[in-house]
Amino acid sequence: MLAKRIIPCLDVKGGRVVKGVNFLGLRDAGDPAECAARYDAEGADEITFLDITATLEARRTIIDIVKRTAARVFCPLTVGGGIKTLEQVKDLLRAGADKVSINTAAVFDPDFVSRASARFGAQCIVVAVDVKRRPGGDGAGWEVFTHSGTRPTGLDMLEWCGEVVRRGAGEILLTSMDRDGTKGGYDLAALRAVSESVGVPVIASGGAGSLEHLREALVEGRADAALAASIFHYGQHTVREAKEFLAAGGVTVRVDR
Amino acid sequence: MSAKRIAVIDYEMGNLRSVCAALSRLGAEPAVTADPAELGRADAVVLPGVGAFGDAARALAARELTDVVRRTAADAAAGTGRPFLGICLGLQLLFATSEEAPGVEGLGVLPGAVMHFPERTPEGSVLKVPHMGWNEVEVAFTNPLTAGLSGGERFYFVHSFYAAPECKEDAALACEYGGVRFAAMAARGRLFATQFHPEKSQARGLALLEAFLNLV
Repeated sequence: MLAKRIIPCLDVKGGRVVKGVNFLGLRDAGDPAECAARYDAEGADEITFLDITATLEARRTIIDIVKRTAARVFCPLTVGGGIKTLEQVKDLLRAGADKVSINTAAVFDPDFVSRASARFGAQCIVVAVDVKRRPGGDGAGWEVFTHSGTRPTGLDMLEWCGEVVRRGAGEILLTSMDRDGTKGGYDLAALRAVSESVGVPVIASGGAGSLEHLREALVEGRADAALAASIFHYGQHTVREAKEFLAAGGVTVRVDR
Repeated sequence: MSAKRIAVIDYEMGNLRSVCAALSRLGAEPAVTADPAELGRADAVVLPGVGAFGDAARALAARELTDVVRRTAADAAAGTGRPFLGICLGLQLLFATSEEAPGVEGLGVLPGAVMHFPERTPEGSVLKVPHMGWNEVEVAFTNPLTAGLSGGERFYFVHSFYAAPECKEDAALACEYGGVRFAAMAARGRLFATQFHPEKSQARGLALLEAFLNLV
């Protein structure tokens, strides 16, 4: 049976990991490649870099980081943040990324998703969808936001997810901006709604504060994968502990012995 | 002894860097190439590939690689040639046709077809495609690459189409997704091909690549 995936996410700014990663014994705990290697050794199913500086200079930096990571980490690597052109996608894939995650550019130019998918294949195009609940409860639905949850787009979450999948997204990374950074758990209703309406894998993001939250996202939220940052960074839990917790709870995960 | 020279066929379909990094880690010397002469000199050949069957078949043809790759793979299958490893799309290309690109010819080294996953599971729910993530394999036929496996090991897959070999002996490793049992590894003679990505499957993937290099 296909395993549910656990994906640690590293925020990278100017070539360095932000949100102080707390790993013991790393030569350089601010180096994304070193952190990725640690997560790889712990049995992460994939690793995601989110580049939160989108200047030209930073783009070159992330290419170098991806190259250094791909030379020593033998698990899938996704890179997101500020990706707007086919040239950027090509450069990242050639540097050793397996997938790219497209966010704002998809909203402003939906055809970019179609072009990227046609050129590089749906399997490497993740569309990141940031959402907030509309006032009025679950029945009111969710709205898509851009710019870290500051700009409403008027787009409905389910309609937008349907559109990007039709355009060739191979996966959806769904982030609840209401929950992001709260450690109060993922937005399970949003996850379930998307997971049941699209035919591609869905990655849960935004709100993980405990291992139980990961389990909820994968079981109640029906997500195919759970992405988390702080619960792993600060040494609260290792990826291995997360896997063991999930396996004990009856979730199919990869636990290599 | 000099390092084993492994030709990694470059037809601009996918992530060659990861394959090369894994081979280098194992002490081999990967050479990314589209030059038939260099292919001829290598100790073993790897056909990687990510993307669409039709594009890949056309890309091989455009670089005049179709014949030399077909011959190299066929010699390997006959057990006489150098070891050959196809990865992901590189497995699918060994077959003659794919539902992904009707009318486009693959290499046709192994009999069988490449098909799309169904839209629904046998239970009637929507099947998520691509089949993406870590799935278990089952050993159907033992060969030097599967010798270290007992079944149940997980490898990293990402694909929307799967190969159904006509000769069941060609399907060395099986995997199941959405009610479909498909070839996770096709093998014949010294020809091997994995639907999963050994270069992305951490220690287990590297062990499989090492077993391949040991054939040289």
